[in-house]
Amino acid sequence: MISSDPKQVKAICFDRIHIENQTSLNIARKNGAYAFLPTVLKDFDNERIVDEVKKSGLRGRGGAGFPTGLKWSFVPRNTGKPTYLLCNADEGEPGTFKDRDIMRFDPHLLIEGMIMAGFALGVHDAYIYIRGEFLHEANVMDAAIEEAYAANLLGENILGSNFSMNLTVHRGAGAYICGEETALIESLEGRPGRPRFKPPFPAIEGFYRCPTVVNNVETLATIPAILEFGGDWHAAIGVPNNTGMKIFSVSGHVNKPGNYEVPMGTSLKVLIEEYCGGLQHGTVPKVIIPGGSSTPWLVAEHYDTPLTYDAMMKAGSMLGSGAIIVMDETADVIALTRRLAHFYAHESCGQCSPCREGTGWLERVMTRVENGQGCEEDLTVLHDAATHMAGRTICALADGAAAPILSLLKHFPDEVRERLMEKAA
Amino acid sequence: MSSEENVCFSPSRLQEIDVLVKKYPGKRSALLPVLHMAQKDFGYLSMPVQQLVADTLGLRLMVVREVVTFYTMFREKPCGTYLLEVCTNAGCMLNGGNELLAHMTESLGIQVGETTPDGMFTVTEVECAGACAGAPVVQINNAYHEKVDAAYIDAFITKVKGDQL
Repeated sequence: MISSDPKQVKAICFDRIHIENQTSLNIARKNGAYAFLPTVLKDFDNERIVDEVKKSGLRGRGGAGFPTGLKWSFVPRNTGKPTYLLCNADEGEPGTFKDRDIMRFDPHLLIEGMIMAGFALGVHDAYIYIRGEFLHEANVMDAAIEEAYAANLLGENILGSNFSMNLTVHRGAGAYICGEETALIESLEGRPGRPRFKPPFPAIEGFYRCPTVVNNVETLATIPAILEFGGDWHAAIGVPNNTGMKIFSVSGHVNKPGNYEVPMGTSLKVLIEEYCGGLQHGTVPKVIIPGGSSTPWLVAEHYDTPLTYDAMMKAGSMLGSGAIIVMDETADVIALTRRLAHFYAHESCGQCSPCREGTGWLERVMTRVENGQGCEEDLTVLHDAATHMAGRTICALADGAAAPILSLLKHFPDEVRERLMEKAA
Repeated sequence: MSSEENVCFSPSRLQEIDVLVKKYPGKRSALLPVLHMAQKDFGYLSMPVQQLVADTLGLRLMVVREVVTFYTMFREKPCGTYLLEVCTNAGCMLNGGNELLAHMTESLGIQVGETTPDGMFTVTEVECAGACAGAPVVQINNAYHEKVDAAYIDAFITKVKGDQL
């Protein structure tokens, strides 16, 4: 059970995750799922819900950290067009694996969050866009949705109210870029996932050119607790401007990799040492990628940084989706950078030249450097290509591709030069 | 099968597609799900199968082709009975993903992307599977297997080969 005392809260999204068979509606209901929904449908209205979510300080958990309540408030009312709610479950950022656990272990939490969000926004059709590889998770969600329909938690006149909403699971088919919200919309319209120019933002013109809200799984799964206990309750967890709990997916060279939900503001060091059992080798990490592979690297001196959007930005990186990739002293950072360069080149959708061409250049030059066929000038080429790509494209994939390259050159220039010398000899 | 010219969906599949199309504001939205169904039914998306999908949804073949070639999960060529997809991205790479992939291709005697001559196994390298706590991750026919090592894969291969006899 989630404590009504913000100081006592141990988990929000993962509160029921360890309960066996929580995927079944009966068991989920016994443990509190949908218990507060009738109150929301009866006593809350759009304004009150958006107000509570604004007050909660909840920021989007998918990576951008944009205030959820504010995003919702941009949706125009009475346009004569339908408003759509899309759940972004594309979870493809290397290092991220939190949404998968919510969906496969507690699908009803996500459904409940989507019903509440849909009610607030006047949505009649909502979709969960889930990455194609998550076949098991899609099947779990489908089964849970079927049970929810049978119990009148979805469909027409939900629990006897005037509110009706459909929910459909839609599988992607293997394209990282579809996690970008406008690419996700393109994909959901049956097209290749190529990001759209913004503005117009999806809140004004999104799915089929109608007002659309796209929220991450973890964001939506936080809504039921915010409405039950109040925005102020949520705002009292964590630290100001970085409120609530956050799931961190920790992987790489730690002894106990996994998902850990902790209050925002917990330090990186505490998370890695107390929750993740410390590093596999040594005591100080060589590199920490704090928010998924697209975020700039942190190094040993940043080990005490608090896990907040603001502190990560101050340290020169981003909290992103909370995907922390840890590398200890044994890591070959050149090989890792080459591998990530390959990833971005593979995943570039190809519509913007700086990204399409630039990601290819970064991969080719990094491959050369890794194989000992590089030269000093390659460092300049890498730096120039990376800086000229970032910020010059429709979406942020190019920035993501540039981040590991620029981080490598910033933190480990000697190691790169050593590799050049070593192989040249 | 898909090598034949006259491919068609089963009546129950067509019924399923009818229901599916109604869930979206436009029927083109059903394209990805229908391609998943077609790949499941026919093994891979040959040109006749892509034409069938286009005809079923009233789309031009080019529209279907554009989508098929954009998304990595859609295959235009047949693969082995067991598709082994190894993640070698950051989390898996740091925990032996590359070594595992090398072991698999070596022991099966094929290159990455190839199928064994008996048509049983295809080995490919994939991008982050989104399960990095279980690194290295191998998807076998789209089911996730986590913390996989050489012994696990060897046992799997021996087992399915035995089942085949």
